[in-house]
Amino acid sequence: MAEDYKVIEELTTEEAQTDPLYVPEPVDGASEHIRSFPAAAEFEEKLGYPGERPANWQEVALNKMDELRGKFRSFRLFLDICVKCGACTDKCHYYMGTADPNNMPVGRQDLLRSVYRRYFTLPGKWFPSLVGARDLTEEVLDEWYTYYFQCSECRRCSVFCPYGIDTAEITMAAREILDSVGYGMKYTNEIIGKVFDIGNNLGLPKPALQSTLEDLEEEIEEDTGVPVRLPLDEPADILLVTPSADFFAEPHIDGLIGYAKVFHATGAKWTLSSYASEAANFAMFIGSYENMRRIALRIRKAAIDLGVKRIIIGECGHAWRAAYQFLNTLAGPCDFLDPKYPVPQHICEYTWDAIQAGKQKFDKSQNDHIKLTYHDSCNVARASRMGDYPGGQFDIPRNIIKAVCNNFYEMPEGTTREATLCCGGGGGLLTDDIMEIRKKGGSPRMKALKQARDEYGVNKMAAICAICKSQFTKIMPDHGFAVDDIMSVHQLVSNAIILPGSEQEKELMEEQTEERADAAE
Amino acid sequence: MLTTVYALLYYVAFAVFAGGIAWRVYEYAKTPQPANIVTTPAPVTRAGVVWRMFKEVLFFESLWKSNKWIWIFAQLFHASLWLILVRHARYFIDPVPALVVLAQPFGKYAGLTFVLGALGLLARRMFVARVRYISAPSDYLMLLLFLGIGISGLSMTFVNPVDIVGVKAFFLGLMTFNWQPLPGSPALLIHLGLVALWMLIFPFSKLVHAPGVFFSPTRNMVDNPREKFRPVPWMPAVSEVSFDPPHGTRK
Repeated sequence: MAEDYKVIEELTTEEAQTDPLYVPEPVDGASEHIRSFPAAAEFEEKLGYPGERPANWQEVALNKMDELRGKFRSFRLFLDICVKCGACTDKCHYYMGTADPNNMPVGRQDLLRSVYRRYFTLPGKWFPSLVGARDLTEEVLDEWYTYYFQCSECRRCSVFCPYGIDTAEITMAAREILDSVGYGMKYTNEIIGKVFDIGNNLGLPKPALQSTLEDLEEEIEEDTGVPVRLPLDEPADILLVTPSADFFAEPHIDGLIGYAKVFHATGAKWTLSSYASEAANFAMFIGSYENMRRIALRIRKAAIDLGVKRIIIGECGHAWRAAYQFLNTLAGPCDFLDPKYPVPQHICEYTWDAIQAGKQKFDKSQNDHIKLTYHDSCNVARASRMGDYPGGQFDIPRNIIKAVCNNFYEMPEGTTREATLCCGGGGGLLTDDIMEIRKKGGSPRMKALKQARDEYGVNKMAAICAICKSQFTKIMPDHGFAVDDIMSVHQLVSNAIILPGSEQEKELMEEQTEERADAAE
Repeated sequence: MLTTVYALLYYVAFAVFAGGIAWRVYEYAKTPQPANIVTTPAPVTRAGVVWRMFKEVLFFESLWKSNKWIWIFAQLFHASLWLILVRHARYFIDPVPALVVLAQPFGKYAGLTFVLGALGLLARRMFVARVRYISAPSDYLMLLLFLGIGISGLSMTFVNPVDIVGVKAFFLGLMTFNWQPLPGSPALLIHLGLVALWMLIFPFSKLVHAPGVFFSPTRNMVDNPREKFRPVPWMPAVSEVSFDPPHGTRK
């Protein structure tokens, strides 16, 4: 790995470097130095939090904790019922990558549980040292800030817990408590402010969006000879809400081109919205229902204003969770939409339906230079569904891939589907000030990818998450891959789809005529 | 004197145990779970959830996926505990039901596997560094409590039999408020004292995982957030909210 990151002896052995599920022995404080930048006052205030830490911050924090255990059964229950069996201790990619015991799921929970016990349970009030309860001090608060921002809320631990305890719920609550005393994270909170001010995480105002979309239209036409539109703020049947990274970053933007081509090929009337120009909802990361709702309501308003019948979400992991598990609850009921379609739908559901309808033509050989594997993004895998049966979220993206790509290989068992390993940058950690935790947390996934490379010659990985894609462009080069070896699923679709009347269609027909001629001879 | 102390102890212990669990269940039941946070893939029907919970509660499905050693010890421990509990029903019910008679021979040996399971869990707690790290003194004491209960019980079954007819008379007497003398065997007094302690701490400790698991939202929810509207009980309805103004209307 890189430059001046802390080297953990445990993690330098051959086995540790190759086994994606390698479990190190705990090393106290191994990642305690990795701290993201806290948010400045103005960004805290924009989200409704105090800009300065109040003098009575302990009281404020404990009141917030009390409030949250009354509002969320998950929080109250999960703090109570952990039996410390140890089943989760080897399941977190940040633990696997750092060996810091506070990155074991239960270790991370205990940072807060110990305080909860001290103030809200009888044994903790009477015999604190017996049950591992402790006072809420400034050191504890700093420790919370450090380690609750080393969790990507990926829910891998919740799959393996015999009680379904989800560390993400504890992390979200902890971040909400930190924010309640003005101790928020710069990266997440600045971004949420940008959504409020401009409409998306990247801060792209409408004119910038407009010109990006026009450029893409030109690019597609140059490429295919077909005028494919990317409409913005136009009345339509379908509102596409996609992560703003799709307007800007590579390989995300190739995915957006893919969505546009699929919509064009199916003859859909669709539009993007400049007001709801962001599918991501970083307020979910900080556990703030108020802010999460404010962002979710944008989608509702845009859908009403544009008079659409259905809402479709682009490729993004946590955004799909925010849409699938939260949109209805926070911004519903959406009875103004066409009840024939689920609210919301995933772009992969739409594309897979189109493929199944059998009217689209694909030239899979366009992807023949690719030996592909697929990375299940955590929130898609463990906090959502696609289609109408459990596990559709695993099958539908793979079905699409197999329909457009000839060479597909799985990464090792235990690192895919519901047990998928996080990219290392989710949950609001996708900021360069904590690159060390991102790289270390991404290392289990990288080891799994390298196994697929060594075994099958895999040279590209596809994902349907904006954060995963950005993260992988940063960490894959450390492991012998190129920046563009991470792909959007709809980029593969885009490569292979044959639009009616396109250059590709003509070429294909010529080829087929030649083949037929050859066969006749 | 001894009879009085233990009689009162058991009245208090039972009241705390039953009342405490009822209170916990009430707390979990009344605390809302605003969004559907089920861990997927998850069943899409209520019947599917019942099946998922059944597998989880009886067979520890998630733990099986997670760690085979913990699973083995935990199954030994809990399955034995069930058999032991059924067997012990004979001290509280007269005449003894057929099921309890049937469980008797298994229940006797379940005491051994119960202790074995607890020892296995204790060994993991002591020798696996990750588990040691997350263990508080109370986590060890809890296992020692179970070992104390199990070993004192086994000693009465296999080494020094006690006057079980007297024991049964004592408990039936407690239940009918017609106290009968408690046999004075030291093993019995230790056994009953530790069981009372277990009942007393149950509602205030991690032992609430037993009723609690049924309330776990990542396990007990139907995967239907798109089909079923679940409002947040402590937030205003969507008809009463205001939206952010369109962009470009401010400076």
